Amino acid sequence: MRRVTTRATPPSPIGESVPRRDGIAKVTGAARFTSDLSVPGMAWAKILRSPYPHARISSIDTAAALALPGVIAAVSAADLADVELYYGHALADHPLIAHGVVRYGGEPVVGIVAEDPATAEEALALVSVEYDPLPVVTTVEAALAPGAPILHEREAEQRPQRGFEEAIERDHPNVCSSSTQRWGDIDAAFAGADLVVEGDFRYPISYAYAMEPYTAIAHWSDGGLTVWSSCQHPFMVRDDLARCFHLPLSAVRVIVPYVGGGYGSKSYTKIEPLTAALALRADRPVKLALSIEESILTTRGDGAVVHIASAFDGDGRLRGRRAEILLNTGAYAENSPLVGRKAANRICGPYRIPAVDVTCRAIYTNTSPASSFRGFGAPQGIFAGESQMDEAAERLGIDPLEIRRRNVVRPGEALWSKARGMDADLDADLLLAADALAWDTPARPGRGRAICISASDAGSEPVTTSLLRVHADGSVTVTVGSTEIGQGSSTVLAQIAAAEMDLPLDRVHLLQSDTTAASYDRSTGASRTTTLVGLAIQAAARDARSQLLEWARDALAGGGTVEPAKGGVLVAGVHHDWGAIVRAWFAGAGGEVVGRGYLRRAGSMTAMPPFWEIGCVGAEVSVDEETGQIRVERLVTVGDVGCAINPQLVESQDVGAAIMGLGIALSEELVYTPEGSLLNGNLVEYRVPRASDIPPFTAILAERGDGVGVYGAKGGGEGALNPVAAAVANAVRRATGIRLHEAPFTPERVWRALRERDPGREGDG
Amino acid sequence: MRETVELSLVVNGRAHPIRVEPRETLADVLRERLGLTGLKISCDVQVCGACTVLVDGLAISACTYLAADAEGHEVTTVEGLARAGQLSPLQQSFIDAAAFQCGFCTPGMRMAATALLAENPAPTRAQVVAGIEGNICRCTGYVPIIDAILEAAGAVDAAGVSEGAR
Repeated sequence: MRRVTTRATPPSPIGESVPRRDGIAKVTGAARFTSDLSVPGMAWAKILRSPYPHARISSIDTAAALALPGVIAAVSAADLADVELYYGHALADHPLIAHGVVRYGGEPVVGIVAEDPATAEEALALVSVEYDPLPVVTTVEAALAPGAPILHEREAEQRPQRGFEEAIERDHPNVCSSSTQRWGDIDAAFAGADLVVEGDFRYPISYAYAMEPYTAIAHWSDGGLTVWSSCQHPFMVRDDLARCFHLPLSAVRVIVPYVGGGYGSKSYTKIEPLTAALALRADRPVKLALSIEESILTTRGDGAVVHIASAFDGDGRLRGRRAEILLNTGAYAENSPLVGRKAANRICGPYRIPAVDVTCRAIYTNTSPASSFRGFGAPQGIFAGESQMDEAAERLGIDPLEIRRRNVVRPGEALWSKARGMDADLDADLLLAADALAWDTPARPGRGRAICISASDAGSEPVTTSLLRVHADGSVTVTVGSTEIGQGSSTVLAQIAAAEMDLPLDRVHLLQSDTTAASYDRSTGASRTTTLVGLAIQAAARDARSQLLEWARDALAGGGTVEPAKGGVLVAGVHHDWGAIVRAWFAGAGGEVVGRGYLRRAGSMTAMPPFWEIGCVGAEVSVDEETGQIRVERLVTVGDVGCAINPQLVESQDVGAAIMGLGIALSEELVYTPEGSLLNGNLVEYRVPRASDIPPFTAILAERGDGVGVYGAKGGGEGALNPVAAAVANAVRRATGIRLHEAPFTPERVWRALRERDPGREGDG
Repeated sequence: MRETVELSLVVNGRAHPIRVEPRETLADVLRERLGLTGLKISCDVQVCGACTVLVDGLAISACTYLAADAEGHEVTTVEGLARAGQLSPLQQSFIDAAAFQCGFCTPGMRMAATALLAENPAPTRAQVVAGIEGNICRCTGYVPIIDAILEAAGAVDAAGVSEGAR
């Protein structure tokens, strides 16, 4: 691990790679995931899914299924008149079970609840559904063509949790949302340019493959609903459940056990409303555990078609950028309005551009619904934008590193009006990557190198709370609504609480992700947890300490002088720890103080985004010209994180994110036919990286204390994914002379591009 | 009535008399009948390795292995590896290297590594990579897992992240 640190030294255990809190549970197999849980009296659900990508449902007959011994309930939309069927935190366009129409192959149509999973599965075959097929669109081009079938005839309610301020604009019935980013005189910028580069780029429909499939258990009792779910945002799920079932927020409890991977794919609401509806009709606790093949049909990443043009001065300075991004967002909005909003922002790159005109439209198609996927909106545009930086450098005869150094914004400089100033030193990051790639020495023959950089407006909304309880023995319980999805929040947040309370780490315990027992957090995404929840914990700790100071004055100093001291107070030169103060104030052996931490859009959190998340990646590649196989010889990441609370965990995030980006760059793509069939909806044919695919790797952490979070921290974990496809494409260009416009860069695509480069070459197929 | 067969399933050194349907997989029986939820089910098609357990010391995918076929063999799951509250060297090295994030692949990865080290106590880096090729980890990028296995084997070339996989 390489760490480049210019920040002040933080208090222990900040900056220390302490072992993960969940380590023993996870290495012994004791860690319980939702898929491992059962509830007394629990029944099992299986889902009958539509074989058609677009059709009207003309009839559903469940009588034979209900007659099968062991079947408890068979539920379709017709059985849920008392439930609000349509959910969605941005647009409430998504029925929890098909309502008259199916809009993608695999959409849930009937849910069966039975005593055991095998019986439920058996009953699915006894349900009879008749469909009237409708015309199908699976590409953005087809969905916007004249006469295209319309997916949503009903206008969906816009919801306040969409994650951005403006109303969702829709200029065509198949447009789910439209976002723009515009400033400057774009026509003048292009008219006066020395060089304009223009092109089309395609980013694939991808699948996050969280290894734990979507799983939920719903249990109605005591006038309320309890749901255990493998989800990232329990409070958002709670809000949707309360709305669907007409319950107060306080009557819905969402509990998140250990989560087997998220990467954005478990953001927002998925199968929880359906599971709760099945439990309601079955009058039993119900577990719905999807297979991976069903999970692929539940959520995937937005594919993108990007038309982009960038205008440059002769010295390589950007004058303007135009882009039109079309996201293939599938059958329902899910989080794609925000993905589109972010894509429009992030395609601008971390560059000073006098004029910008970007439109991003998320398009409905008859494919599985797209939503958040690590980096959301960034990689789609960064692939295009960073490809053009190299293209311009080449045509202007400027070094690709140098053209970026000339254009990146300086620390404090805003990318657009009213945005938070850049809280990173991008030029220094570029130089770290260059150094790790030995940029100044020529690459070996047949090899190419590239460095790409991105900035994401990250952190989502600064809405979070924390309670920090100091017990009578001086130990601390911290409650937060943030979810441990593997990123290490249960360790990092405990480190922050320990540092703020001057306590050894083993005196601090966390309660997370329980909407009744833990305190509110908006979401676990957008790389926000360390920064935003960290600040809420700091505020809670300060509130607790301030109360403890008061209590010490009152109960230990008779109203006299109390001096703050490490881990407690000094009264007349005698040290009293936190526990002693609590016991003295309550005049007994028990009691506790409750510190409250609130984070909202105020103070240091007034300017948006809460922080910039930087992606800075270097790649060196070679290409087998006979097969078109790309071999990545080295990957470099620079994690510009301000202060690494736990460096080992930050490094692990960067490596994991970059390898996930490498998978999309080289092999990952869900392929739909024009007729709406998913050709590779399984882990055999959707190929994710394996151990033998991992190149030599250099992970660098840059810590300059420039983040808004505690001790100068800011978010990480997604940035390293965003520039990977662009870095590989640019390195391939330098190694071979071919320019790749469509990810993933499969051997076939590379081979075809090589043949186009050498049209007369012998041995053409 | 569904057809069932009577088995004596030996798991982690203990015999469990149990009646199963012939179609039931070893993964389902271990998880749902014996409560051994350490092994996970993910891909369902024997490509991810999350359900890896040992049968007579060899790593197999329990999601596609019929429980009935385990009759007469010794099954070892992740629960059978920690003894008397002590972490094994592999478990300790997984913690030290942060060789997991979400932990869903970890039990299967541990079993694959156990089988690998039993067969080859001093593997090279390339041999470790080959040994876990059947196990997917979506979080870590594999690098710390490879390091952890080499570390547990006492290898001197467990040089950390900069080595990558090859």
